[in-house]
Amino acid sequence: MKPLFGQPLAVVNVGLASFADGLAAAGAPVARVQWSPPGGDPATATALARLLGDASVDAANRQALDAYLAAEPVLEGVGVARDVVPGLGERMLLHAGPPIDWARMGGAMRGAVIGACLLEGWAQDHDAARAMAERGEIRFDPCHHHAAVGPMAGIISPSMPVWMLRSGGKRAFSNLNEGLGKVLRYGANGPEVIAKLRWMGDTLGPALAKALAATGPVELKPLMGRALHMGDEMHNRNAASSALLFKRLVAGILRAGVPGADAAAVIDFLNGNDFFFLNVGMAACKAMLDAAHGVPGSTLVTAMARNGTDFGIRVSGAGERWFTGPAQVPDGLFFPGYGPADAGRDIGDSAITETAGIGGFAMAAAPAIVQFIGGTPQRALEATLTMRHVTLGANPAFTIPMLGFAGSPAGIDVRRVVDTGIAPIINTGMAHREAGVGQVGAGIVRPPMECFTQALAALARTLGERARARVMTTSEKPEEKPHA
Amino acid sequence: MPIAATTKRNFYKDSVALMRVAQAIGTRAGVTRVSLLMGTPANRDILAQGGLLVAELAAAAPADLMILVEGAEDALAPALAAIDEALAGRATAPAGERAELAPRSIAMGVERLEHATLAQISVPGPYAAAEALKALKRGLHVFLFSDNVPLAQEQAVKRLAASRNLLVMGPDCGTALIAGVPLGFANAVRRGAIGIVGASGTGMQEVSCRIHALGEGVSHAIGTGSRDVYDEIGGTTLLAGLALLARDPGTRVIVIVSKPPAPAVAERALAAARACGKPVVALFLGAPLAGGGNVHPVATLEDAATTAVAVARGERAAPRAGAVEAPAAKLAPTQRFLRGLYSGGTYCTEAQYVWRDAGIATWSNAPADKKFALPHGAPSRDHTAIDLGADEFTVGRPHPMIDFAARTERLLAEAQDPAVAAIILDVVLGYGAHADPAGELAPAVREARATAARAGRDLAVLGFVCGTDDDPQGLAAQAERLRAAGMTLAPGSTAAARLAARIVAGR
Repeated sequence: MKPLFGQPLAVVNVGLASFADGLAAAGAPVARVQWSPPGGDPATATALARLLGDASVDAANRQALDAYLAAEPVLEGVGVARDVVPGLGERMLLHAGPPIDWARMGGAMRGAVIGACLLEGWAQDHDAARAMAERGEIRFDPCHHHAAVGPMAGIISPSMPVWMLRSGGKRAFSNLNEGLGKVLRYGANGPEVIAKLRWMGDTLGPALAKALAATGPVELKPLMGRALHMGDEMHNRNAASSALLFKRLVAGILRAGVPGADAAAVIDFLNGNDFFFLNVGMAACKAMLDAAHGVPGSTLVTAMARNGTDFGIRVSGAGERWFTGPAQVPDGLFFPGYGPADAGRDIGDSAITETAGIGGFAMAAAPAIVQFIGGTPQRALEATLTMRHVTLGANPAFTIPMLGFAGSPAGIDVRRVVDTGIAPIINTGMAHREAGVGQVGAGIVRPPMECFTQALAALARTLGERARARVMTTSEKPEEKPHA
Repeated sequence: MPIAATTKRNFYKDSVALMRVAQAIGTRAGVTRVSLLMGTPANRDILAQGGLLVAELAAAAPADLMILVEGAEDALAPALAAIDEALAGRATAPAGERAELAPRSIAMGVERLEHATLAQISVPGPYAAAEALKALKRGLHVFLFSDNVPLAQEQAVKRLAASRNLLVMGPDCGTALIAGVPLGFANAVRRGAIGIVGASGTGMQEVSCRIHALGEGVSHAIGTGSRDVYDEIGGTTLLAGLALLARDPGTRVIVIVSKPPAPAVAERALAAARACGKPVVALFLGAPLAGGGNVHPVATLEDAATTAVAVARGERAAPRAGAVEAPAAKLAPTQRFLRGLYSGGTYCTEAQYVWRDAGIATWSNAPADKKFALPHGAPSRDHTAIDLGADEFTVGRPHPMIDFAARTERLLAEAQDPAVAAIILDVVLGYGAHADPAGELAPAVREARATAARAGRDLAVLGFVCGTDDDPQGLAAQAERLRAAGMTLAPGSTAAARLAARIVAGR
């Protein structure tokens, strides 16, 4: 037996605090666990105990985490969605988050859908667009089902320009960032919004495509690693990463023969958009996490995404399933003239950044935006350190100076989320609850815990089935007949 | 000079960070020089001029990290590994600037506590086995206080523990003392040569306090949990605990304290006791044992303590407990019955056997004789002993050693019954127990006696205090306040039961 008597007793106390007091009074070291029922019910707690410390799950998670860490996303070009995004059909819109139909969409998502119908010329006005959607004449599908991600409403329509990334054999896509103000991703859809989208399709997209062809592909992990050292967490702050990408592209824009007036307009646009890199970074995260997806038995989270109604997660070992719960209203700061009553529910694929260990998980790297989480750099450090308790490892490519250059917490483990009751922290923008208004603020939000408890139950069932299957194959093996 | 080199693709590090790592690794024995450079053209030139742009580095791009170590052959591979580790970094937050997050899980507790050896678990029963499994998988021994744990889960927990060579005390384990450290409900008992193992929490506390009172001490006390001695569990923890104490050099005498075990378990335990090589004092309450050789069978908690002390001292006769005078109660002719209201299950069982030997049949919710089973919620009848710590009383509410509400309520109800001659109470001190039991009980005792007095009866309230003067509550102070409230105190559970029997003898 492992020695119980020969060494000083050091005790982890789980439950009654008075028992820990007795230990402390007797001089024994004690860690006091603040316990709450894992997952909220005994069945989930039992499933969790089965999955934690299971050798096959641990091995699967190592494989998934290694694949995530080994991924090398490269920005290759800009194309038109209908030409390059797999499976994107006509009269089809990709959207953020898990699957949703028109009837259940919130204001921002509906506003963006209407705007996309106008952009594509499927409808001449808002009412006609709404009627089309109500009649079911538009097919909706999550970006995530097409190797793509989009911030906020995340609408990708066939004519939009998209970033094209590659990592190993896998590709990833995202739409182009429109900047701040009245923008489609926040549900705004007035004439100036559509006009800007047209310019992006006609001028910006082709210019960036030419520029990238001139400069060559951009390795994204080193760029993102540097941006972390420059104060970005690459979800709510993209000032450094956007500048680094701009630096790479500007000579290309000038060299690639973009007409002078267009080149100036493109450079002005990039120069004025501190969120320019957001969509690129999201697609890079998508590529890294897709590399980790599909490892049987793995409890590593490969996507967190919201459609404005539901929050959904996907898990490496649970196939194409989404585990969903109601999207929450973020907690944060509001632009002048807006307040909590204006905020819509949590929306966007941008939580892919937290899933990949940046965004809220790398808050300690972004002291400039700590107002979102209580205003002090200490709170930012705590946020990052707390996330280490729900992740499988750290990403040595994304290091944080304030934490002694430790890697950012990487690879959310469904088991550890349920075991600690600590939900991942997500930095986010806030859309207005009504269609057509736009952004009202920014802050932080947490996923509903039921996403993780559902995933845990499903993973435990799968583990049980695999164990039974192993028993069956060994016990049902027919006896070999002796040679005649 | 031998060199080792490698390129890390797309691995950006600030040059200052790289110099820091290079400097640290450069001080290792056998390492002459460490170069960590991003693969920029300028850096590649630097290496090329020194003839160091070796094949492993030749293809390095500006975003790649070039790693080069020069030194003794056997120092190179460890140096590369150390560089990997240093590059991965460890989270070191600026000191003293942030509140440490309290651990939320066993995993976090283990991270926080270096060299953790044991998990003490007291969460609600339906969650308890899951926590125990997590602790065992982390290599921790388990003290599982929780009750209401499904039997199948207890079996699963003990199976896993056996396969990992770990000890599980419980579920429904009330007490343990490991090298003087109290787990669950335990008393501040002097350390000594007597080891205790048993399926009886309060029984073990009583034996340890009596040993302390007699001037000896306890090496370790290992609780097994109430169901361990049943056939379904098979005494796994009892046997493991016995083996641990047999091997422990600090233990000279072993005491087994148990409620009646399943016959097969009793047999196995006896066989193990005979073979253990140390004197064993065995108390299986209500199931007398064949003694002989190194095994000394006893029938009461008092005898368990006195015999163990005698054996430890190499004396023949067990020390006698001091005699107590029966309270001078003037009982009315209607007052014929005893009512025991126990917070300790073992005291409730022991009383029934002591009273049986005195010719008294006792009804109980934990009956020694199944013919006298009292259903849950039923009022007392004739002679009655209630275990208020039984599962049916503790679902959704604290144990009666922590929360006195159920007991004081019952005490006042019994006091109104004209048939009651004496009420017997146990008072348990120690770690984990109520901070001031006398503060809860003394007013209730006063009120109970006053209630009876108003009806023209003299009600005897008697009992004992299980504790030591080193306990946080203080034995002497607690006893003094209980006596002042009109309670008669005997030196221990056995003596209290005998005293009660004398009060109703012949009535």
